[in-house]
Amino acid sequence: MSEPTDGASGGDGEYEHYEAVVVGCGPGGAAAAAALADEGVETLVLERGVDAGAKNVSGGLIYAEESAPYTIDGLFPGFREAATERPVTEYHLHNVAGSQVKSFDITDLHEHDTDWCDAVLRREMDSWLAERVHERTRETGGGLLTEVKVDGLLREEGEIVGVTCEELDPIRADLVVAADGVNSELARDAGLMDWEEPEEWFQGVKAVVDLPDGAVPERFDVEGGEGVAHLFSGDLFDGVRGGGFVYTNEDSLSIGSVFHLDSVAAERAEPHELLDALLTHPFLGQWLADEEYEEREYSAKLVPDSKKAALQSPHQDRLVVVGDAAGQMQAQGPIIKGMNHAVTAGGLAAEAYAQAKARGDTSRAGEFYERKLHDEGVMEKLRPRRYEVASALGEPEPFANLTDAVLDSAVGRFGVRLLGDRLERLYSSPALSMMVPDTRTPYVTLPTVIAEELGAPVDETNDVEPPSLADRIGDLTYDTDVGNPHIELRDDSAAASGTAVTACPVSAEGFGGGCYRRETVESNGEREEVVSLDTQPCIECGTCAVVAETEWEHPRGGKGVEFEEG
Amino acid sequence: MHTVVLTKGVPDFREGQVAFDEDGHLERGATPTVMNPNDKHALRAALQTKVRNGGHVSLMSMGPPGFKEVLQEGMESVYADDAYLVSDRAFAAADTWATSIALTTAIERLDEHVAEGGVDMVFAGFKTADGETGHTGPQTCWGLDWPILTHVVSLDIDEEAGRVRAKRLVEGDIEEIETVEAPLPCFVVADPEFEPTYRKAAHRLTHKDLREETQERAQNHEEHVTVWDHEELNLDPDYVGLDGSPTIVSSVDPIPRAPAERDATMVDPDDGEAMRELVEEMVPLAGGE
Ligand SMILES: Cc1cc2nc3c(=O)[nH]c(=O)nc-3n(C[C@H](O)[C@H](O)[C@H](O)COP(=O)(O)OP(=O)(O)OC[C@H]3O[C@@H](n4cnc5c(N)ncnc54)[C@H](O)[C@@H]3O)c2cc1C
Ligand code: SF4
Repeated sequence: MSEPTDGASGGDGEYEHYEAVVVGCGPGGAAAAAALADEGVETLVLERGVDAGAKNVSGGLIYAEESAPYTIDGLFPGFREAATERPVTEYHLHNVAGSQVKSFDITDLHEHDTDWCDAVLRREMDSWLAERVHERTRETGGGLLTEVKVDGLLREEGEIVGVTCEELDPIRADLVVAADGVNSELARDAGLMDWEEPEEWFQGVKAVVDLPDGAVPERFDVEGGEGVAHLFSGDLFDGVRGGGFVYTNEDSLSIGSVFHLDSVAAERAEPHELLDALLTHPFLGQWLADEEYEEREYSAKLVPDSKKAALQSPHQDRLVVVGDAAGQMQAQGPIIKGMNHAVTAGGLAAEAYAQAKARGDTSRAGEFYERKLHDEGVMEKLRPRRYEVASALGEPEPFANLTDAVLDSAVGRFGVRLLGDRLERLYSSPALSMMVPDTRTPYVTLPTVIAEELGAPVDETNDVEPPSLADRIGDLTYDTDVGNPHIELRDDSAAASGTAVTACPVSAEGFGGGCYRRETVESNGEREEVVSLDTQPCIECGTCAVVAETEWEHPRGGKGVEFEEG
Repeated sequence: MHTVVLTKGVPDFREGQVAFDEDGHLERGATPTVMNPNDKHALRAALQTKVRNGGHVSLMSMGPPGFKEVLQEGMESVYADDAYLVSDRAFAAADTWATSIALTTAIERLDEHVAEGGVDMVFAGFKTADGETGHTGPQTCWGLDWPILTHVVSLDIDEEAGRVRAKRLVEGDIEEIETVEAPLPCFVVADPEFEPTYRKAAHRLTHKDLREETQERAQNHEEHVTVWDHEELNLDPDYVGLDGSPTIVSSVDPIPRAPAERDATMVDPDDGEAMRELVEEMVPLAGGE
């Protein structure tokens, strides 16, 4: 590293230089940094959270795919023992219509191409990874810094040569890895991603629910150390396209929902109510009934849909983009795979840089990285060609309604009855699961018809009373950057930004304690509907960056919400 | 760079820690000793120097052997390399003058022993919580015959040029800031408004390294503390301790307790009825009654 020179109060002077700068220490950034360090590359990792993981949310199943060139435990020996909750050995899909449920065992689909799969909580996982990352990168002369927010790309003569930060002077690098997750400010700055189309995203909302010690094996009927995944779809979410999940942790449950953002927006759905619909469904009574419901944490985050959002060329100049930042988040039917692909991409980006360097031209790293994503089959998983064909037929409205109508008709229902339990096998088909179209049919109509035709009523009762939104916000930890809001409304008219009042997971119609509120203002005798924004309760999910007209940034390093569970 | 940070143990004046007798006098025995709260500004300035310019930081304090605890606290927060305790029965009951003489002597002694160049900077906090005189620092500096920078809020050191540039509050006023320069060695009194700045990744990485290193060192801090008595410092007992102190404290007047008893009533803001009653009760007060 070139010797830092001090200006006045550490001001100007020459910029620092590191061989590689990795932005973000989620699974993608951690993998890239570890792999770069293993190649002996001087690597600086910058993470905006007070701790890696303090900003991160996932549902919680991390996969190690047999076909993947990199896995998290391959890069971080001891990962499963130290940083995960339970191996998930069973997978069930529940089709719901009212209180009728028809369950399929889709463990086969779950095990397809799977070496192992564990449930994780991100705060614990990411902070464990970050310690290893710091140790390994420190040896190269770099290291990991938390509470540093990168706010843009450093350019010279129009070319990307490093990063600019809120907390540090600009830094030059030969390689910049943007592993800054969904709503990547770096991918946006590079012009690779815009945050315009709700169709390209899912919104994930989640509660971590406390359970007494020993309750998991008993209530979920699994061996002591093992865990299970349950998925839900059908009519319990008011027609919003998506599904719910229940994953078992060591002594808690991750219960959440993942919905298409365009559907959340169009239906004017309240995300916390969708979550509550799952939490209070009678089927969950068997797991939650015995003691008072105790929610450890409420959280949310956008999830890119790789089928539409995965970048074909995730690089520019010295910048390579990995993980959610590059849209590399695969919804394989009901199975959500983001963390594993972020890891693979991080590993491949490091490998590509090492290869370019060996050839004496580090500027080719991006080109090699793109080629590796194709050659290793990652792109085919993220943007399957079969899906492009199926969606060309399945997604336009008239076709969608046709299949919906047919399915719901006597003919369709007869078909479902005829197929009966053979449907389980269809649901377990990896090939079919890759081409599920984004229509109501697979998410709402089909499961509902299946439950109605083949299901049995649930005899459990569930008297869970989920906390109010005010209590959920009240239980979160914030370090508010007073007087420096990270989101600003560009257009406060209800027409432009009103959707955020419902779609923001910590706001709701008629609720005054959230981020977005509807207001009527009178000017020149005319009444006008506008929305106002208070970022204090914001959980940085990214939703309003897409559904409202905002200037959207993440808070400064260490500021904003701090998740304890993730 | 070799820097020295002066620190002192004071009674812990925080609620729940401090003990007073019936007459309102401080009970030293029953009140724990902690690092003078204002010294943390000096420690922050010294730490910034160590992180940004490298080198060695020594803590120095004058007081009874029990001050070692305070030195441990200081070592942890400044990531100090070692500590010196100027401690002797002969020093007991010293006023600020006698204290300054002992500290000046100790710094000079250290200066001779430091390899290459001696001590470059001394940092002191901004008055102590018990005496509140603010004399000790400036008097010690006067004894050393070094330039002094007071009310410092930010600091840049150019070691090669042997100069320090500082921003300081003029007359301690946050509204008025001036930039001053001084040659090394010099004496710096950090203001409570002192803000360390670490704008280079390298600074922050060093900071992290130091934190890890120091955790180990602070655990067996005793090994890193050197105690000097008056003989060691070659100080004449007539010039130190009570005998060397020109100040005479005639008496200490306790501040009487506030006569008013206050009652607090909790009102739930969502309880409309209770809020109305509260407002009615407060209305007459607004009129100055
Ligand atoms: C409810 C929900 C359920 C999910 N379920 C699953 C699942 O079961 N399995 C699965 O594999 N995936 C799941 N995902 C997706 C998964 O969480 C992501 O795909 C994965 O976290 C992506 O990893 P990443 O490293 O790319 O980004 P992230 O994990 O988001 O990490 C990005 C990091 O960058 C930091 N950062 C961001 N901006 C900056 C900046 N400007 N400067 C410095 N640091 C910055 C962040 O603080 C963060 O630490 C789920 C997501 C959600 C929301
Ligand atoms: S304000 Fe925007 S980013 Fe924050 S929680 Fe609401 S929708 Fe998410």
